[in-house]
Amino acid sequence: MRILRTTKTAMKALRRNPMRAALTTLGIVIGVGAVIAMMEIGAGSSSQIQKGISSMGANVLLIMPGTTSSAGVTSGTGSVTTLTPQDCAAILRECPAVLTAAPIVRARTQVVYGSRNWEPNNIYGTTPAFLEVRQWGRMAEGKMFTDRDILNSNRVCVIGKTLARELFQGRSPIGKEIRVKNVTFRVIGVLNSKGANMMGMDQDDILLAPWSTIKYRVTGAALGTTNQSISSGSSGNSVNTLSNLYPSGQTSLYPEQSEVQAANNPMLVRFANVDQILAVARDAASIQPAIKQITESLRRRHNLRDDAADDFDVRDMTEMSNMLTSTTSMMTNLLLCVATISLIVGGVGIMNIMLVSVTERTREIGLRMAVGAQPRDILRQFLVESIALCLLGGSIGIALGRGASTLVRVLLRWPTELSVGAMVAAVVVSASVGILFGYYPAWKASRLDPIEALRYE
Amino acid sequence: MPMIQLEDICKTYHLGEISVPVLKNVSLTVARGELVALMGASGSGKSTLMNILGCLDRPSSGQYRLDGKDVSKLSIAERAMERNRKIGFVFQNFNLLPRTDALDNVAMPLTYTAEHLSEGEARRRARDMLRRFGLEDRLHHEPSQLSGGQQQRVAIARALINRPPLLFADEPTGNLDSRTSVEVLHMFQQLNEQEGLTIILVTHDPNVAKSARRVIHIHDGAISNGSFSGHNDTRMASNPGSVEDGAGI
Ligand SMILES: Nc1ncnc2c1ncn2[C@@H]1O[C@H](COP(=O)(O)OP(=O)(O)O)[C@@H](O)[C@H]1O
Ligand SMILES: [Mg+2]
Repeated sequence: MRILRTTKTAMKALRRNPMRAALTTLGIVIGVGAVIAMMEIGAGSSSQIQKGISSMGANVLLIMPGTTSSAGVTSGTGSVTTLTPQDCAAILRECPAVLTAAPIVRARTQVVYGSRNWEPNNIYGTTPAFLEVRQWGRMAEGKMFTDRDILNSNRVCVIGKTLARELFQGRSPIGKEIRVKNVTFRVIGVLNSKGANMMGMDQDDILLAPWSTIKYRVTGAALGTTNQSISSGSSGNSVNTLSNLYPSGQTSLYPEQSEVQAANNPMLVRFANVDQILAVARDAASIQPAIKQITESLRRRHNLRDDAADDFDVRDMTEMSNMLTSTTSMMTNLLLCVATISLIVGGVGIMNIMLVSVTERTREIGLRMAVGAQPRDILRQFLVESIALCLLGGSIGIALGRGASTLVRVLLRWPTELSVGAMVAAVVVSASVGILFGYYPAWKASRLDPIEALRYE
Repeated sequence: MPMIQLEDICKTYHLGEISVPVLKNVSLTVARGELVALMGASGSGKSTLMNILGCLDRPSSGQYRLDGKDVSKLSIAERAMERNRKIGFVFQNFNLLPRTDALDNVAMPLTYTAEHLSEGEARRRARDMLRRFGLEDRLHHEPSQLSGGQQQRVAIARALINRPPLLFADEPTGNLDSRTSVEVLHMFQQLNEQEGLTIILVTHDPNVAKSARRVIHIHDGAISNGSFSGHNDTRMASNPGSVEDGAGI
């Protein structure tokens, strides 16, 4: 009841000088407007990043071979070749939290069709599950290769839109033969367009083929040299007749394992290794269980002793998304700092004008005291006045900030997103600015001596 | 029980090293329902005395009983409460809130007293009060749109909105022409006679003091005449010879 009456009195006092009230609160308007606009733009871009990450494949887990460490020198991830397609099959079989998984064998070389050639960003040897893992959806043309193609190391491939355009220039690539490092592949399908990923890499510049074909026919003897003699007698290499006919001459990218390392590694025989395995957790909540299950399963398969370190590395995309969001959140934070400064400047403006107002209305204060207003009544009245000013500025600022972010969305086509939290924060902050900077003038007013105040000219 | 009972009130201002005694051992009583003029030359200490009587200020020493209650040592907030309930003020320069209409000006003191009153009830009371002073057609006029006499009537209405038993008027006719002065003084007399309101009229003008039944003379911070209603010699001031020099009543 009393606060209602005080609010009414304060509003009446403000209405006596509307122009000044408007100018006084301008700093708050600008500060709050900037905060709201910044938050909406920041929220928009971070949710776009989230979307980008989930377009890359939501809940994707990346399993990489581990590192070697020799005499204290640790080589980078992937410096040993410990992952096999069988690991991938085991993951699918043994980890209930994993929806699907696909191994990847990479190659980097030219693709030739007729007189045209092109070096795609990615040449992946994988399984049909790859499309599901990367959420590629349906094929644009033709069909995906099958598990049978993998078993037989068939020379078939599926290509992305960019590669198709570069090699075939609008003609249908289905059934055509292309050469990848002197191995002839028949194109059996074209992938749907996926566009650039959030790093700006063209995801359609891709060639997919059965991993066995890439492994044995294209990259050739990428197996560790220590295992060469053993694996040469294996069934894996018996298919690899063509690469024997046309030796690739590719040098090993990775350092050779030392004898000690080889001796320490109980799995001497590897039929084939893959560069990485992509796995998909069933949902966001099962990412952590999936990592745990994969780790257990692989440790068992690799016969690692309890005290031995993992010879592989399971990562989820949170790191990636953290990195990307941290960039935008840093920008948002910087701009928030500027907005905060603006709010403080606005607050000082409020304080200044409230002090002027107290001086100007000294007689009014004296009169109110003479008719029985207590110091706390005066304090409350001026405090409510400055809070009302700030809240008024805050609401105008919210409207202005929303307007600005709408303009940015419409004109610059930046993504923006309504941020209710920012609006609540703006209201709370402007009320606090009102209290913080209105308190001193209000206190000064309440300390006036009524006799002096009444005599004030 | 007298309305006002002062005993040996002193008020000394301290300006740095120098102390300025403004009131010197003032003692007086005012009974309920009196209309008293406090008269003295400019600078004699009338306003200082009125501020103490009106609980705006505290005496340096001495005892002041207002309506039987010792108020000389009350805190700021307690004195505000006393003013609120018992005292109305009318000033020489009206002291109305600028850019605020008559109704809101009169209703203003209710903000601090009658918390239980609704806004509508407060305005109704203010309107009734203004009607009593013949301002029912000026309710929504701001001070700048009112004549001096009208402004002072609004100020009187404001002083009486809390129905205080005691009214102080410091030079209430100082800014008014002679005709409106007579009107305002007549209003005080009526309020005193009809409502039994105790009124203290502070003035330097003998013609104004004439409208009071009793005059207290103050000279250099001391009461020279009329402290107690018993030996009342106010008739001296109503000497017809002094008509020409004052405001010309
Ligand atoms: N705050 C003050 N400080 C010092 N001296 C004061 C103060 N207020 C009043 N006085 C002095 O007290 C004397 C009486 O003042 P006042 O009561 O206003 O006289 P009056 O109202 O009779 O004209 C004057 O001489 C004035 O200078
Ligand atoms: Mg005076």
